[in-house]
Amino acid sequence: MIGWLKKRLSSGKVSTASQMVFEATRQPSGGRSRNRTRMAMGAFFLFYAVIAGRLVYFGFQDPNGDGGPAAHITASRPDIVDRNGSVLATDIKTFSLFAEPRRIIDADETIEKLSTVLPDLAMEETYKKLKSGKGFIWLRRQLSPRQQNDIMQLGLPGIGFRTENRRFYPAGPVASYIVGLTNRDNQGISGLEKYIDDQGLADLQASGLATPADLKPVKLSIDLRVQHIVRDEALQAMQRFHAIAAGAVVINAKTGEIVAMASVPDFDPNNPVGANDKDKLNRMSAGLYEMGSTIKSFTTAMALDSGKVNLNSTFDARRPIVIGRRTIRDFHGKNRILSVPEVFIYSSNIGSAREADVVGIEGHREFLKRMGLLDRMQTELPEVAKPTEPKVWKKVHSITIAFGHGMSTTPLQTAVGAVALMNGGRLMPPTFLPRTLDEAMAVSKQVVTEKTSEDMRYLYRLNAEKGSGKKAEVPGYRVGGKTGTAEKVVNGRYSSNKRFNAFLAAFPMDDPQYVVLSIIDEPEPEKPGMGATAGSNAAPIVANIIRRSASMLGVKPDFRQEEPVTLVSYE
Amino acid sequence: MLSRLDKSPVATWWWTVDRWFLAAFLSLMGLGIVLSFAASPAVADRIGLDTFHFATRQIMFMIPALGAMLAVSFLSPRQVRRMALIMLGIFLVMMVAVLFMGVEVKGARRWLSFGGLSVQPSEFLKPAFVVICAWLFAEQAKRTIPGNILAIGLLAVVISLLVLQPDLGQTMLTLGTWGVMFFLAGMSWFWIALFGGVGVTGAFAAYTIFPHVASRLDRFLSGEGDMYQVDMGRDAVIAGGWFGVGPGEGVVKRMIPDSHADFVFSVAGEEFGIMACMLIMSIFAFIVLRGMKIALKEHDEFTRLAVAGLVTVFGFQSIINMGVNLQLLPAKGMTLPFISYGGSSLIAIAISMGMVLALTRRGPEKLKNHRLSMPRTLVPAE
Repeated sequence: MIGWLKKRLSSGKVSTASQMVFEATRQPSGGRSRNRTRMAMGAFFLFYAVIAGRLVYFGFQDPNGDGGPAAHITASRPDIVDRNGSVLATDIKTFSLFAEPRRIIDADETIEKLSTVLPDLAMEETYKKLKSGKGFIWLRRQLSPRQQNDIMQLGLPGIGFRTENRRFYPAGPVASYIVGLTNRDNQGISGLEKYIDDQGLADLQASGLATPADLKPVKLSIDLRVQHIVRDEALQAMQRFHAIAAGAVVINAKTGEIVAMASVPDFDPNNPVGANDKDKLNRMSAGLYEMGSTIKSFTTAMALDSGKVNLNSTFDARRPIVIGRRTIRDFHGKNRILSVPEVFIYSSNIGSAREADVVGIEGHREFLKRMGLLDRMQTELPEVAKPTEPKVWKKVHSITIAFGHGMSTTPLQTAVGAVALMNGGRLMPPTFLPRTLDEAMAVSKQVVTEKTSEDMRYLYRLNAEKGSGKKAEVPGYRVGGKTGTAEKVVNGRYSSNKRFNAFLAAFPMDDPQYVVLSIIDEPEPEKPGMGATAGSNAAPIVANIIRRSASMLGVKPDFRQEEPVTLVSYE
Repeated sequence: MLSRLDKSPVATWWWTVDRWFLAAFLSLMGLGIVLSFAASPAVADRIGLDTFHFATRQIMFMIPALGAMLAVSFLSPRQVRRMALIMLGIFLVMMVAVLFMGVEVKGARRWLSFGGLSVQPSEFLKPAFVVICAWLFAEQAKRTIPGNILAIGLLAVVISLLVLQPDLGQTMLTLGTWGVMFFLAGMSWFWIALFGGVGVTGAFAAYTIFPHVASRLDRFLSGEGDMYQVDMGRDAVIAGGWFGVGPGEGVVKRMIPDSHADFVFSVAGEEFGIMACMLIMSIFAFIVLRGMKIALKEHDEFTRLAVAGLVTVFGFQSIINMGVNLQLLPAKGMTLPFISYGGSSLIAIAISMGMVLALTRRGPEKLKNHRLSMPRTLVPAE
C-alpha cells in the first residue's frame, strides 16, 4: 500500500493494472454506484423487515406464557356433614400470596412492607427467595380476606394472589380423627377426607369435573352432639386419671353405624400442628392393644355357642393353671368351682381358660376369626391397624387369649364384635356412613346364635349389677358391660403398674340399641391408695357418655325396670 | 405562509428544505418527549431523583437540539463540510483529552465534564467523521487529493481513540458506516473483500481481547448468564401486546435499569403496544430509505456520500438499538436516535440530521455545484 501511495504521489498517473479502479471516477453517480446505493437500500430494508417480523412474532406471544405461575387448581371438595346435617368440614375461599421474583423491583422494600401485615414472615429466607430470579414462588398460602386486603393496600409490584380452597372444620378437634385432614392442595390425606378421595373424587378433580355445585355433601353416621360428649368424657377421664390416652366409641347395635368415636389426645384440623406426633393416633381404630378381660365376653360366648356349655355349667377355679413357665391366677380369686356367670362377673382367668379348653385350640381361633377379631377391619376409615396373633397357636396361647392376652386387636374391632354378641348374633362391618336396618341385614352375617346373644346380654347386665361394672350404672338405661384391666407389656414383661383399661358395654340391656366401649391407657389411681381398675375409671366414662347422650340417641329411660325382676338367682 | 417570491433566507429555506425529512425528525423528537414521560419516572424514582427529572431534562435538551438542527439545515453543502472539519478537529482533541481527563463510568472513559455539563465527544465526532470521509471519497473521485488514503488514516485514528476508551459499540458503528460509504463510493470488490476480511478479523480480535465483549456475545448466543436487562426488554414488549397496556400502566418497564436510555423502545412496546413500535420503526426506516433514495438521484459525489453516510449511521444506530431491545442482537449500549435520553446523543443526532436537511435542500447552489463538477467528472479515466 505504501508502494502504491508513492507511485501515486510521484507519477500522478494511474494504470489499470496496479491500482484501485474507481468506477465512480468514470461514472459518477451512475452505473455501479447507483446499484450499490440500491443494494444498501435493499439491505436496510431487510434489516427493518427483520425487526418488523420480530415485532409481529412478539405480538403473537402469550404475555403470561413465560415464567408466570402455572395454572393451579385447588380441588373443590364436598362438605362433610353429620347425620343431622351439622357441617363437619367445608371449603372456604382463601387467598394465597405469591411473588414473581423477576418482577420484584426492590426485595428489601417488599419484605419490609409485607412484614407489617405478616409479622412472622421469615426475613432471610424470603429475601433469598425473592432474589432467586425465579418466575414464581409462594410466599404464604391461605390468607384471610383481611390480610389480602391489607397486602393489596401496600401496592407492591411483583406479588399477587391466587384464590385457593381451604378446608375448614367448624367442629375443630371434636371429630378430627374421623373427618381427617387435607393437605395444602385440598387433597384428603387422612380420615374420611382420604376415603372420599379414594372413592373417585381424586379422579373427578383430576378431570376438572369437581365443581363446587356438583358436589353433594357427604353425610356421616356421626352425631356431632354425641361425638362432642364422647370426646369430652374421654378428655376428662384422661386428665382425671393422668392417663396417656383415652378413647371411646358409640356404635348403633342394630346397624353397625358408628355414632361417635373419639380418641384423645387429638388435634385441631384447622391448625394441624403436631398432627403427625407419635401420640396423635386414633387409638380406637389404629391402636393395637391386648384388650384384657373384655375379651372374656368372646370366650364366654364361644363356650356357650359351642353347645357344650350352658349358663349352669361350672368350671374348676380352685387352683392356678400352670403351663410351661407360666402360672395363670385369678385377680379376684375365689378359689372355688365357679358357674359360667360367676366366671364372667368375677372375671376369672382360670375359668375363662377352662371355657376355651372346652372348645379347643382350633375352635378358639376359628371363633375369634369368625368374630372378625383377627383380621384387619373393613371400614371407610383408612387408619385401621391389623390385629396380631401368635404365628402358631399352642395351648398356652389359647389359655392366655381366653382372658385377652397374647393377641392384640383394636378397640373398635372389639366393640364391633360385641355388637354381634348383643344384637342377636349379627356381625356387620362398622360404618361411618348412614346405614338402614335393611342394609345392615344385607351386609351382616350370623356369627352366634340368638340364644348365645341372649345369654350374653344377661351376663352383661349381671356384671353391671353384681360384678365389676357397677360404676357403669345409669338410672333408667339398664347398662350392661364387661371390664378389662390388662397389664401392659413393658420391656417384654407384663408390668403391674402400667395398665390398659377398657369397658365394653351396651344399653339398654333388654334390647341393646348401642354398644359403648371406653378405653383408658395407663391410668393412675385417682387418689393414692385407690385402685386403677377398669371398673373405677373406664366404666364411669361409659356411664357418663350414656347419661349425657342417651336422650339424643333416642333411648328412652325406663325406671320401672330398676329392680332386677327379670334376673334369676344363679347360685 | 411564506411566499415563493420571498427571497429571505427563511423563505428560501422553507421552499428548499425536504419537508418529509423535517416532519419525520420532528415527529421523532415529539415521540422522544412522550416516551421520556413513560420511561424515565421509574428510573428517576429508583435512583432517588425527582420523578420527572429525566423527562424535564429531555425537554430542556430538546430545545437546543431543535435549534441546532434547524440552524445547521440553513447551511450550504460547502458550509456543512467546513463545519464538519471544525467539529472533527475539536472533537478529535476532546477524544484525546477524554482518555486523560474523562470521567470513568463502568470501566470506560467516554465523558468529559465541563462544569455541570457532560459531553460525550464520540457522539459529535460521528457526523463530522462521516461528512469528512464523504468529502475525501469524493475528492478521490476528482483526484485532487489522495482521499482514500486520508479516509483510511482518519478511520484508523478515530477507531484507535474509540478502542482506547474503550467503546466497542461506537467502534463497530464507525467501522460499519465507513464500510458502507466505501462500498457506495464504488470501490472494487477486491478492496471490499479485503476490508471485509480485516473487519471480520478485527471483530474476532475484539472477541478475544476484550473479555466483556466475549462474555456478552457468549451470553447472547447461549441464552445463559446475566441477560436480565435484555430479558426484561423482551418481556416488556410481549406484555404490551399489540396495543400496549396504556400510558403509565407499564409494570415490566420498572424492572429495566436503562429503561429511559437504551431500552426506551421496549417501554414504548409495553405501554403503547407493538403498533407503536412499528410506527417508530417505520419512521426510522423511512428516514434511512428516503436518504438513500435522495443519494441515488444525487449527482454531486460529496453530497451523495455524505447523505448516505449520515443516514447509514442513523439507520445502524436505530437497527442495533431495536435489535437489542427485541433480543435479536447481543446487548450493546446504543441509543435510539432522538428518542433515548441523553443530551450529547440528542444534540449530536440533531446536528447530524441538520446536516442531512442542509445537504438535501433543493437549491440553486446545488445545481451550480452540479454543473461545476460535471466537466471534471466527465473526464474519462484513461
